[in-house]
Amino acid sequence: MDDKHKQLDWMVAQAKAGRMTRREFVGRTTALGVSAGLASALFGKAAMAQEAKKGGVIRLGMQGGSSTDSLDPALAASEVPFQVNMTWGEMLCDVKPDGTLDLRIAEEISSNADATEWKFKIRQGVEYHGGGTVTADDVVATLKRHTDESAQSGALGIVQGISEMTAEGDMVTLKLNAANADLPFLMGDYHLIIQPGGGVDNPAAGIGAGPYSVVVNEPGVRLTFKKHANYFDSTIGHADEVEILIINDNTARTAALQSGQIHMMNRVDPKIVELLKGVPGVQIKSVAGRGHYVFIMHCDKAPFDNNDMRMALKHAINRGEMVEKILGGLGTPGNDFPINAAYPLFEDKFEQREYDAAKAAEYYAKSGHDGSPIVLATAPGAFPGAVDAANLFAASANAAGIPLQVKLEPDDGYWSNVWNVAPFCASYWGGRPVQDQMYTTAYLSTAEWNDTKFKNAKFDELLLAARGELDAAKRSGMYTEMAQILRDEGGLILPMFNDFVSGVSDVIGGWEDDPNGELMNGRAQVRCWLNA
Amino acid sequence: MHPILKLVVQRIALGLLLLLAVSALIFLGVEALPGDTAQAILGQQATPEALANLREKMGLNEPPLTRYFQWLGGVLTGDLGTALTNGADIATSIGQRLGNTLFLAGCAAVIAVPLAILLGLIAARYAGKWPDKVISGITLTTISLPEFVAAYFVIYLLTQLIPIFQPVAMVFPGMSFWAKLNAIALPVVVLVLVVLAHMMRMTRAAILNVMQSAYIETAELKGLSPMTIIWKHAFPNAIAPVVSVVMLNLAYLVVGVVVVEVVFGYNALGQYLVDHVTKRDLPVVQAVGLIFAAVYIFLNMLADVIGILANPRLRHPK
Repeated sequence: MDDKHKQLDWMVAQAKAGRMTRREFVGRTTALGVSAGLASALFGKAAMAQEAKKGGVIRLGMQGGSSTDSLDPALAASEVPFQVNMTWGEMLCDVKPDGTLDLRIAEEISSNADATEWKFKIRQGVEYHGGGTVTADDVVATLKRHTDESAQSGALGIVQGISEMTAEGDMVTLKLNAANADLPFLMGDYHLIIQPGGGVDNPAAGIGAGPYSVVVNEPGVRLTFKKHANYFDSTIGHADEVEILIINDNTARTAALQSGQIHMMNRVDPKIVELLKGVPGVQIKSVAGRGHYVFIMHCDKAPFDNNDMRMALKHAINRGEMVEKILGGLGTPGNDFPINAAYPLFEDKFEQREYDAAKAAEYYAKSGHDGSPIVLATAPGAFPGAVDAANLFAASANAAGIPLQVKLEPDDGYWSNVWNVAPFCASYWGGRPVQDQMYTTAYLSTAEWNDTKFKNAKFDELLLAARGELDAAKRSGMYTEMAQILRDEGGLILPMFNDFVSGVSDVIGGWEDDPNGELMNGRAQVRCWLNA
Repeated sequence: MHPILKLVVQRIALGLLLLLAVSALIFLGVEALPGDTAQAILGQQATPEALANLREKMGLNEPPLTRYFQWLGGVLTGDLGTALTNGADIATSIGQRLGNTLFLAGCAAVIAVPLAILLGLIAARYAGKWPDKVISGITLTTISLPEFVAAYFVIYLLTQLIPIFQPVAMVFPGMSFWAKLNAIALPVVVLVLVVLAHMMRMTRAAILNVMQSAYIETAELKGLSPMTIIWKHAFPNAIAPVVSVVMLNLAYLVVGVVVVEVVFGYNALGQYLVDHVTKRDLPVVQAVGLIFAAVYIFLNMLADVIGILANPRLRHPK
């Protein structure tokens, strides 16, 4: 018994030091006869007990930056601008790792009964880096700027749904064209960073109300930040300075982490994860998220306009093999709809679709296809491992008697010449904070990015009805029905959800798995601290 | 006018003329691409009115010849315009990165050029014997390695096995000279390995060629030591071909090292150009293209001039 106590103490100490994940901790303590519930609670206490240390410089090494990057939040589209903007910027609200809303500049949010009018109470005394405080007028000016087409905002689709924006005192009122129960989540979109005067004069000034202010901005090289002394939230922003180095090369980035030149890196190559696990001082954090790799068929073009053909191909892909070989096991198999357990309101009611050559052959025969080759376009840049994945798909489909052929396209121009153009190609999605946004972006009949040309009246009707449904249980049911339609009739083949795989040095404390996005949803440098 | 001065002036004038022709060619090439700058800026959101407005604002409706001279005028006064993608001033961005490019190329050249020539001399002195074979073997191996393989090898060796350097070679204003040297140590090692063989082989071949001459035999008969013969009698006559190969390699060090830059995250011109080509940022592509052309033309001109100065027949034309 005494021995068991010692072991338990040791494990609690490990958990306190952040050397053990919740799963490991629970697994090992229950082996000692501790109940799972108690183990989980113990872990929570131990993790809380890690005290945030102040000071120092946190350095990140990241892939996904280029010398063409801008600090204009409207233009952010890749990993580095996202992470950078989350360092200096602050939105009305954000999403917590558990999927609930995190109030930032908005202090209170309320809506009318049918979710067509929303009120955001603006927190008073939130200071910008250059002085001055965030006002309701700034919020309205910011949202208005994103509605201007020449601002090229990635949030244009979100703000277009707002018909009227008014500021009165510390209250911002947004009237919507149609009901939307998810509006607060949409206001947490990473493009909608509140800027002084809406950022109209100089959108790329990099001045906001976030925990750090920009010191050096060398796009595609490095950015440095210093602590914003008057930041309103004392629970985050522990380091004195933050540096983000852009290291696009996998090997150099990994070597930099190993040699201590950086403390955290994104995009660990799945091929070397096993090797890195043995390296002292480095931890691999693999976090299940919402991002997924897909093969998309245009439902309005032959031969994919035939649902039997679509079903044949959906049964002709080996999902388990994809997760093992393409993701190195760091992911989960998909079920041909873009939602997984990382989303709020998800109901896991679906049987996992498996590789079934007999069923695939049956559907294929039923489709009456003439036997001419079915061409799948792919490119190395469609997603990491896209060419290998397409070849695996072709092999398993050929085994079922389906003449699937892979066509290799160049990376250059893939997103303008192949994606959304070729009737069958490889692609990826990064996921969205809520189900509505994911479906609206890519599966609504009228969506600009409806890359499967999926048009289903029942599906559209459910999607619009769910937006105005404030009863969570009912909404959840509607989403399940939509997923069922998409899974059995859509043009989407979704073999796998990929994990975010990051490398983190042992000197970093406060890491928390966040399914919303890479490197703690862009906030690792703000929420973590240096233990050294 | 001294004939040599005249020759040099001629060469320089020719170089400038060539540069002008290149600028026209670059402009034409960019012009010939489908779509224009306004389309590139607006991208997917290009509505016909927005396109017309922007073209008007940017003066894209002017005839190409007018725009060429406007651009050329800008270039001559140091105004290269602004990047389409992030609105940064191109001249400022290029200025710093060009400095970094030249710093890296300079450091690599300071080591590689004397080393290559020295090794070439030694190899020529012991032609066909073991020192020659060892030197040739090693340098031919290093030139045969693709740059990124050499880079990964050096990263593994000098940051993991013997951790004396940093894998990421970024330099920025405010770093001391020694800190900068320390940062770029690894890319310098790789570049030296890559350019060594070419210059070494050329030195060796040029000297061996001269060694066949009758006057070398005379020198041998005078009883001079082999190294003195090579250094005093053979090398001066082998300078012209060696210099032109050295210049080619210097030009490569300036404009061709983008792979090394990417691997080590070194913030210089090559990576900057590639980033902007992917995003179709044409003003930047034009500007960097012109700079790279200027470097090539200048270095080749320098090789010509040195060749002339080193060659008595060209120095005293009849």
